[in-house]
Amino acid sequence: MNIASFAPLAVILPLLGAALTFLLIRNSRAQRTVSIVLLSLTLLLECLLLASVWEGGTAAVNIGGWLPPWGIVLVVDQFSSLMLVVSSSVSLAVLIYATGQGMADGDQDAPVSIFHPTYLILVAGVSNAFLSGDLFNLYVGFEILLTASYVLMTLGGTGPRIRAGVTYLVVSVVSSVLFLIAIAMIYGATGTINMADLAVKLADLDQGTQNLLHVMLLVAFGIKAAVFPLSFWLPDSYPTAPAPVTAVFAGLLTKVGVYAMVRTETLLFPGDTFNAPLMVAAVLTMLVGILGALAQSDIKRLLSFTLVSHIGYMVFGLAMSSVAGLGAAVFYVAHHITIQTSLFLVTGLIERRGGSSSVDRVAGLAKLSPLLAVLFFVPAMNLAGIPPLSGFLGKVGLLQAGIQLGTPLAYALVIGGVLTSLLTLLAMARVWNRAFWRKPEDAEHPDPVLLAHPADSATGDRAGKTNVTLLPRTMVGSTLGLVIFGVGLTVFAGPLFKVADQAAVEMLDRTSYIHAVLGEGARVPAISEPEPGTDPARLPPASGQERK
Amino acid sequence: MSVNLTLLTVMGALYACGIYLILERSLTRVLLGLMLLANATNLLILTTGGYAGLAPLFHQDTDPGQYNDPLPQALILTSIVISFAVTAFMLGIIYRTWVLARQDEIQDDAEDRRVAKTPSFDAEDDSVVPVETSEFPLTMIGTDGQSVSDVPAGAEATVTVADRTLDAEAAASEEQPGSRNVTIPGKEGSGQ
Repeated sequence: MNIASFAPLAVILPLLGAALTFLLIRNSRAQRTVSIVLLSLTLLLECLLLASVWEGGTAAVNIGGWLPPWGIVLVVDQFSSLMLVVSSSVSLAVLIYATGQGMADGDQDAPVSIFHPTYLILVAGVSNAFLSGDLFNLYVGFEILLTASYVLMTLGGTGPRIRAGVTYLVVSVVSSVLFLIAIAMIYGATGTINMADLAVKLADLDQGTQNLLHVMLLVAFGIKAAVFPLSFWLPDSYPTAPAPVTAVFAGLLTKVGVYAMVRTETLLFPGDTFNAPLMVAAVLTMLVGILGALAQSDIKRLLSFTLVSHIGYMVFGLAMSSVAGLGAAVFYVAHHITIQTSLFLVTGLIERRGGSSSVDRVAGLAKLSPLLAVLFFVPAMNLAGIPPLSGFLGKVGLLQAGIQLGTPLAYALVIGGVLTSLLTLLAMARVWNRAFWRKPEDAEHPDPVLLAHPADSATGDRAGKTNVTLLPRTMVGSTLGLVIFGVGLTVFAGPLFKVADQAAVEMLDRTSYIHAVLGEGARVPAISEPEPGTDPARLPPASGQERK
Repeated sequence: MSVNLTLLTVMGALYACGIYLILERSLTRVLLGLMLLANATNLLILTTGGYAGLAPLFHQDTDPGQYNDPLPQALILTSIVISFAVTAFMLGIIYRTWVLARQDEIQDDAEDRRVAKTPSFDAEDDSVVPVETSEFPLTMIGTDGQSVSDVPAGAEATVTVADRTLDAEAAASEEQPGSRNVTIPGKEGSGQ
């Protein structure tokens, strides 16, 4: 009995948790326990899945015993299981943070009690999308997580959230419709929607049809991943949601889009047909995103722009379609999920401690709460790519791959990448200088919470409120945990890079994936246009496979 | 593979109306547009199943080519359910917008407007230091014996902000909280 055959539980456990927490809607303590326990179990299972494919190999599970080209398959390989482990760790940290916030503020109000079921459904949708080996099941996974995210985005139903929710909902629905049209077209052209089967059959279509289907998928996923011309919706909608919700959205939702883009580029349409447009999109995403960030004074909005900007790095790695580039992109996705989520969680804490998330209104936090300063400083420097940290390692991997490729466009990307990294440092330094280093009296519009001097500076007691209420231990603890997890990515970067590179080799080779789903005898088509300038990192196309 | 022309025409009309409607500012029209788009896509999926055939119930005497392709219909069923959920949620949002703002229109983002209006001049980053801040003010003398300070000796130090020219001392005091030109902005749009 292989551990991989339990992969469906990664979707079922959170869904079960959602059902149970919905039943326990009147009992918030039981709700918290159930959701944390079930999410921990899911994380444990996913760690086992990752361990089972750590040395390589791919496992497929046929749902309901229906054979692959017809039935639904879930596929566990290194990339998907790595994504599962990182996403579940992050979701668990955010869940604990959210329960801490709920306990501190008193979550007896009706709207907040639906947080737990909705959140678990979101996690189930993310797991489903990562595991799916079937294009339509991927669509269903997307819809599960999107529908849950609509509810979380508009939690509480205040004016700004409803306004942001409308933008988010309409854009998401349009991108889903585009994805569904692409699925219908692909089904019309090939008669299958199984991804491994498609990898075999799409290669037989003529180049024009292939390009059309390819672009449709890339546009649909590009909206979800917020790649530059299609990223306008993200900074508009994310910042208004509650802090834990923004954190989990920033960490996971766009990365699911990136994951789908990676699968499209490697499994369905290998080769370098669209590498040049993707590279242009990548450099524009990086630069436009970070320039947007520099104009913001609200930390949440600023971070939303850096989120868009750093999606560019992942597209950069993906667009090179070399082992080095793709491996670095896989590592970068894992790094960025963790770091971006921790920054949003810290911003939630800044908002509680300083009364606002605008750098015009908060100041002097380094003195008021040194722990908060450390919690912000470490991931901020990590995001900017300061040497020993994982952001630096991921960027170096990408830049090396770009220089290895050596085309003018790749050099443009390398320059854009370095520039974006420096501008990220500038944006982070501005937040640091204003929110943490200057005196509270120097703020343009200091927030009343900030200026209210503690009655007793030793304990921080003030006006009936204590520092404990401002910064509940659970919230600080889970943020600290996530920051340490982010530092852990740096410490264990060696093994992680190894597994990311292996995942890249397997994804570019495709043999392992196709054989795991369709059986050992399946034909693996040669990659259509082998690059003439032999790149040492690029694999020889997997040819010479016997026909079925 | 032959394609049903009626279905194709209806699909095209639905897409056209749907795209027209989602470009409107009124939320109800946007909702109608989304519904039309979803239904047009359902028709598209149906079309990919090929010609209409027999119900796909297995019978020994039936030639496999005569069956209808059941998979597109299963896909349509799923997508109908999903668009039902989205429509219900969108209706809820529209109702909520009506309750809150008494209008059925997409609102502008207040923070976007604020950032757009922010002048590129930033008092903290960009203004020249108006007066000598050192504890022991000394006239700086260049090698040629001339003063190298920006401000000619004896002249009033001034700062130009936007289109106003202010006294340096006054400009410095204006940055202090509580002074008359420090406006407290309206409620932050964070909703927290």
